[in-house]
Amino acid sequence: MILTTLETVPGKNIIEHYGLVQGSTIRAKHIGKDILASLKNIVGGELTSYTELLQEAREEAIERMEKQAEQKGANAIVNIRFATSSVAQGAAELFAYGTAVKVE
Amino acid sequence: MENILQISLVLFLLILGYFFGSYREKRHFRNLQLREKQVLNMPIANIGRNLPADITETKLVVGIVVISIDYFKKISAMLRNLVGGRITVYESLLDRSRREAILRMQEEAMEWGASQVLNVRLETVAIGGRFGGKTDPGSIEVIAYGTGIK
Repeated sequence: MILTTLETVPGKNIIEHYGLVQGSTIRAKHIGKDILASLKNIVGGELTSYTELLQEAREEAIERMEKQAEQKGANAIVNIRFATSSVAQGAAELFAYGTAVKVE
Repeated sequence: MENILQISLVLFLLILGYFFGSYREKRHFRNLQLREKQVLNMPIANIGRNLPADITETKLVVGIVVISIDYFKKISAMLRNLVGGRITVYESLLDRSRREAILRMQEEAMEWGASQVLNVRLETVAIGGRFGGKTDPGSIEVIAYGTGIK
């Protein structure tokens, strides 16, 4: 599966178009890490546990998007975009979407 | 008695936040400058239409970071909110978060062996702090992503 934020796959022709595919995931860390993060809020700096959380969420979202594209018979996703929102404290939603296409 | 305890706790947190926060921020900025020099020769662009003809491979590269503001800055931003104007403490927070996210993306691209990164997009979200609400974000989450090309 070719993933790209470009509108085309360089060097290849798009022969078929399958429309929008998307993957989203909402994840939360366990309370212990939330408490540690809130302590970190006092001194500032990177919240590594949240960064990790988002990394995992990103992989999961992309995976789901890929699965959807595979079901449609695509072999590439172009024009990928990410969107995030914090739905609740300590939980993050990561949403990935793109256009599934077939290239040759 | 209880009031004195509360006030001294807030003061303690303020002092802790001020010293540790500014030390960590300075260290982060120094670190950013150093790493930015290493990726200087890899151009990034947020356009992706006119592609070079000799691309052999592409890869989605992503950089994610969550950075929190310290207690002192949070309070000073709240005070600044009363009188209005530039909130410089948040400017520096956003600046270093974005630079860190872009750097991570570039480093991932470099590791893979990209010559440049095209169609870069940035996504920023404010995560509510312990005091809740969107008006006083406790931390900032930035995602930078683009397509690395070979």
